[in-house]
Amino acid sequence: MPIDRIRRKLVNGFACTAVSAAMLPCCLGRAALAAAYGLEFKLRKVADGVFAFQGVDELMSAANQGAISNLGVVVGADAVAVIDSGGSLIEANALIAEIGKISAKPVRYLINTHMHPDHVFGNAAFRQIGATIVGHHNLPRALEARGAFYLQNFREQIGDALIKGIEIIPPTMLVDDRLQLDLGGRVLELQAWKAAHTDNDLTVFDSATRTLFAGDLVFIGSLPTLDGSLLGWLRQMDGLAAIGATRVVPGHGPVPADWPAALTGERRYFEILARDIRKAIADGTPLRDAVKTAGASERSNWHLFDDYNERNATAAFAELEWE
Amino acid sequence: MQNHAYRSRQLGLPLAAIFAAIILAIGALFGASGAANAQQTTASSDRIWQDMKGDVFGDRAILVDSGVVRIEAPKRAQDAAIVPVDIYIDPAKAPAGIKSVTLIIDVNPAPVAATFEIGKDAGVTHLSTRVRVDDYSYLRAIAETQGGELHMAQTFVKASGGCSAPALKNQDEAMATMGQMKLRQFPPQETMTKAQELQLMIRHPNNSGLQRNPLTQYFIPAHFVQKLSVSQADRLILSMEGGISISEDPNFRFDFTAHGTGQIQVEAIDTDGKVFRNQWPLEATGL
Repeated sequence: MPIDRIRRKLVNGFACTAVSAAMLPCCLGRAALAAAYGLEFKLRKVADGVFAFQGVDELMSAANQGAISNLGVVVGADAVAVIDSGGSLIEANALIAEIGKISAKPVRYLINTHMHPDHVFGNAAFRQIGATIVGHHNLPRALEARGAFYLQNFREQIGDALIKGIEIIPPTMLVDDRLQLDLGGRVLELQAWKAAHTDNDLTVFDSATRTLFAGDLVFIGSLPTLDGSLLGWLRQMDGLAAIGATRVVPGHGPVPADWPAALTGERRYFEILARDIRKAIADGTPLRDAVKTAGASERSNWHLFDDYNERNATAAFAELEWE
Repeated sequence: MQNHAYRSRQLGLPLAAIFAAIILAIGALFGASGAANAQQTTASSDRIWQDMKGDVFGDRAILVDSGVVRIEAPKRAQDAAIVPVDIYIDPAKAPAGIKSVTLIIDVNPAPVAATFEIGKDAGVTHLSTRVRVDDYSYLRAIAETQGGELHMAQTFVKASGGCSAPALKNQDEAMATMGQMKLRQFPPQETMTKAQELQLMIRHPNNSGLQRNPLTQYFIPAHFVQKLSVSQADRLILSMEGGISISEDPNFRFDFTAHGTGQIQVEAIDTDGKVFRNQWPLEATGL
């Protein structure tokens, strides 16, 4: 605990250095900037021309630089596509620096898998390098409704230093249903889903290596969070499983994982949560009481269970009451 | 859940002195607790309330923690869009009954979440609903007695952490199902009381009006359930005037005393002037 506090103090202490560094990009490059913050950012090769960063199973904080979600990189003959921009500009710039070591091709696309801060807070760094931002057709409206709240709410959680410069930037290329992005020699297949984790979930499939970037439609080991529709998620589980991938980069959890076995844990959790909530509703138990025990048998199976289960139960209750 | 040591004996004091007493009491309370963050936010929430209460209640005295009304909410909101809140009335402390209850969330863009008028002899002693909470805030319930006294209770709610926002989860679904209603009836919890419970659910986005259309960049006009009334055989149980702080799919659960066996009637009107009506037979209570 004291170590965390010291570390946070150090991180915050670097704020002024970082700000002046950002104004002098020629003097201090992205990699150096990220290093100054102590972020150890490593891309791992997942398949031929496919790379991923694995985030930590924590809540976003100053100490982890917001780097809690998994990010992806796909390199084509002409261009690079990036899947999600991370939870801070520090993280996004570290990612861009790492991509520079892998390929000299331009980053043509930044694909946002959904609206949450740990996936979109780095968008400004990609706009700056000229990438086109791609997202679900519902993503702009979702960000409009939440952007100001996210910036305000996360200022407290990750600190002034890390939130500085973060902008809510919506996609300009929208996916209605499906969209193909040609990177030269390989085509990414983007698919927009109906409400599940959120109402703006997008998956990215690289058919050349049969790698699926599932965004937060897939959580492994880290408790899934429900900010869309439990029923929608369960209903689309078979459709997800039918994607002809051999491996998946989940939104949170080990990179990569076997497909579709990666869905087993979250499917079980959601079925148990739905069962418990349905019973509470049938019994006439009010929401405030039901959410304290629903899903409790899953506690030992997940990281961050105490952070998110009651919230998931709350959202599930409000939805399942209408069945 | 702060208990301010400030009661009716202070009514004679000038308002400014009463406000000062509240601020001092809060300062003392949190100064003692040593929680630096909580101190700032409870104080700032309270400053908003002090600035606003004249607009809502004029210069009328408000008795705090007199026991007439009680409010409960989770200390930390799990989902900022769906925060359950329970308001209790103690009939023993307000023998002539309660005329209305106003629910206030200090820091929200529209702090007056709802005002509930309670029907005469409706016997409502417990009312629960779900609200959006934008930030650390006091939630306050102010009850007005038939005699015209105002009584307040309050509880402090910390906003949810993480990425839960007070916004619609599934906007397409919310629009497609708008106006559907559901009424659940629960038999009396204790056999000695005649009160039974109703839970009224209305599908409505209860949009905030703080969002922009991504294509036109114009603000999408606020669209919410503005008025609601629940009656039994044309006799008012409860009515509400509400705003955007009430959660999507407004949900109200309350006890009441049935008079005869007449139907339960509901009428809701939203800001577009759409009227939603429904009625249900009163279920046998087993009495």
